[in-house]
Amino acid sequence: MQSHIEQGILDGVRVLEVGGEIGAWCGKIMGDVGADVIKVEPPTGDPTRSYEPFYENEPGPDRSLFFWHYNTSKRSVTLDLEQDGGRDVFKRLATQTDVVVDSYPPGHMDSIGLGYEAISKETPGLVMASITPFGQSGPYSDYASTDLTALALGGPVWSCGYDDHSIPPVRGGGNQAYHIVCHFAIMGVMTALIHRQFTGVGQYIDANMHAAANVTTEGASINWLVAGDTVQRQTGRHASVVPTADGQVLCRDGRYVNVGIGARTEEQWIHLLSWLQEEGLIEDLGEFLDYPSREAMRRGDREAREQQRRVAEVMRELARRTDADVLFKRAQALGFQWGIVNSPEDVLEDPHFQARGFPVEVEHPDLGKSFVYAGAPYQFPESPWAISRRPPLLGEHNREVYVDELGMSTEELQNFQANGIV
Amino acid sequence: MNDICDTTGALSNIRICDFTGQLAGAGATRVLAAFGAQVIRVEDRLRQGQWDIFRGNGPWMDDRRGINLGGTFNNHNIEKLGVTLDMRKPKAKAILEELISVSDAVTENFSKGVLDRWGLSYEEMVKIKPDIIYVSNCGFGHVGPYSEYKTWGPIVQAVSGLTFQSGLPDMPPAGWGYSYMNHTGGYLMAIALLMALYHRHRTGVGQWIDMSCTDGTAALNGPAILDYTVNGNPARRPGNPNSNRSIYPKMAPHGIYRCEGDDNWVGISVRNDDDWAALCEVIGADDMASDSKLATVDGRIEHHDAIDERIEAWTSVRSPMQAMEALQTRGVPAGAVQRPVDRIDNDPNTREWGLFPTVEHQAMGKVRVDGMPIKLSETPAQIKRGGPTLGQHNQEVFAEVLGIEQATVDALTEEGVF
Repeated sequence: MQSHIEQGILDGVRVLEVGGEIGAWCGKIMGDVGADVIKVEPPTGDPTRSYEPFYENEPGPDRSLFFWHYNTSKRSVTLDLEQDGGRDVFKRLATQTDVVVDSYPPGHMDSIGLGYEAISKETPGLVMASITPFGQSGPYSDYASTDLTALALGGPVWSCGYDDHSIPPVRGGGNQAYHIVCHFAIMGVMTALIHRQFTGVGQYIDANMHAAANVTTEGASINWLVAGDTVQRQTGRHASVVPTADGQVLCRDGRYVNVGIGARTEEQWIHLLSWLQEEGLIEDLGEFLDYPSREAMRRGDREAREQQRRVAEVMRELARRTDADVLFKRAQALGFQWGIVNSPEDVLEDPHFQARGFPVEVEHPDLGKSFVYAGAPYQFPESPWAISRRPPLLGEHNREVYVDELGMSTEELQNFQANGIV
Repeated sequence: MNDICDTTGALSNIRICDFTGQLAGAGATRVLAAFGAQVIRVEDRLRQGQWDIFRGNGPWMDDRRGINLGGTFNNHNIEKLGVTLDMRKPKAKAILEELISVSDAVTENFSKGVLDRWGLSYEEMVKIKPDIIYVSNCGFGHVGPYSEYKTWGPIVQAVSGLTFQSGLPDMPPAGWGYSYMNHTGGYLMAIALLMALYHRHRTGVGQWIDMSCTDGTAALNGPAILDYTVNGNPARRPGNPNSNRSIYPKMAPHGIYRCEGDDNWVGISVRNDDDWAALCEVIGADDMASDSKLATVDGRIEHHDAIDERIEAWTSVRSPMQAMEALQTRGVPAGAVQRPVDRIDNDPNTREWGLFPTVEHQAMGKVRVDGMPIKLSETPAQIKRGGPTLGQHNQEVFAEVLGIEQATVDALTEEGVF
């Protein structure tokens, strides 16, 4: 795992990553497919090095698991961009760079003389993406933001939560606002790199997290834009303009299964009936043994609604006496679009994710151990996805990058280190 | 050439033979189309493209109904060209082969095996176009024990650990109230496709990218996965998830608080001690500001419920925007939980950005759609043309792009191939 993969799909692309926590996912995605991503950190270290959780629950600059996840396949150099000397070094680095990913607050890079115009003068093909909570300028651009406030203001939170609206709506976990804007930033960067292949021209990309969240709300936006309707949140299923039936059942082992879509063919309905027969539950359906007419359900006939209610009740009872994994797999084998609600760690044990090689081992030679990380979102058979190196220690690659690659003398580097620039 | 050929977009040299639908697929090629790629969406003539559940379905803009009037379909297919083919007819396959031979990529998000049944497996495509890029995107991928399983967004989110991570303690999972992973699966598909195009231009080598939306989803829970594999801390533990709070990183107080009025809320995050001091001042809680028990994040986590009560006493007599503005003025992250109307029609940031452009749709007329949250300085996205009506570009694509003689186009239309 430690050896550099030569054939990654972005092999030969060099990326400089600077700024805050929002942009790290962007660099990781590019690094894991072969780009040479250099994380330029202040000498005190990237702020996320102090984020929980920590290796063995002990803080330390090289022990944050949050940092670990978001910084695989990157190299780390330290550089104080608040000092002139540091800015000069950054400009030199930029001349050997294809892409700069910047997630400092809006205008910060410009204010220290490292805006796109300044750093692309020598390197006209440079692509730079600035990732910020509200874009580079305009209303709100000075506002503070976190994942939670971004998802609240940007729309996703409105759609998530419970049927009972006296309970607050819910922010889905995992810093998804950062992921959303990074996905757009990478689409922009790749589009710009392809454009450069044809024209030689680089460009600047302004990525707006608030806007990115806004266009990642599916029906909430479209119902408003097209029909002027407002969706309402519901427990464990899509927010909807018109309330829909519950589709999440609690199983015998305390786990949940999503059973939102019922029988879609008469054949599936008959399979379901024989399953209920086996479980001695068929009587609970009463007289509602015919394949539910979709037409009648759409019309909302009283009988159709009563059948829907009975079926939902029987499903809850079926779940109560069945383990989630059994319910999920048997239903899928019968063609039902049902899904078990796995926790993140359940995923690692799941045969699907194992067969697809999702859990990957990454060696940490300095700790004499290897750990299982989240694996590939996609596979490129001709140019494999791979975590080419564990997350870097703070400043681990200073010598390699500054002396071996940038041509700094050892003495120069030592001076920079003595002055706190590196 | 007329307007089907955009020569100014960043990707104007790229042509995609596009079978995608729904959101997980159509959302991917949508982005490439907005940046100028010629995306030719191929739909089944007999089923009127209704493999895509959004084809002709609501929301609708008015009382009109019909196969070309679905609002969601329009949103997900802006700037694409649309053609129809009846794949049951052998002549259709020959046309498709011609289209593939002049395309850079083939994209689809069918269940496993559909293209194989048409005789268009990746191996066959390579015979037609040796450097073709093929991206298949289905819930569980084409390989693995669940590859025959059926999914849609909520199932992908459930199986991959995302639904679990969204909820409050001692409650069922709240999950995501929409197919977040159809959006994100589409983004990842677009990223993979763009990377493969970049790589092909550099090396001349195409490839088949087998995407499983579930893999991409599970990768979005990275720190929680490491907390388990490295430290043995499972996410399935009492009191977890509590996803309006923040454990990675530790922040407190952190939550969504009730405001004045019906179903009005504001999200507030106190990142550090400075934010805490500012919050206390804004809400007039001098006693909490000087309480040494609350001086550290750990102390505030321990007393989170009591702090929440104080915050809510303040927010509940204010509108979400009043609360947000008061806190933002002091640099504390706060965001109103905006309804669609708030963020689409009344939000100064999205308005100035031009986030919800109006497109011209052949049947619907002028209609607003989701725009692009990134601005490229040299090659801005263009979102002007609505999603294609069924077969809207048959003539242009078959006659102009493929160069089929007009008499033959007419004959094939007559025969029901197009």
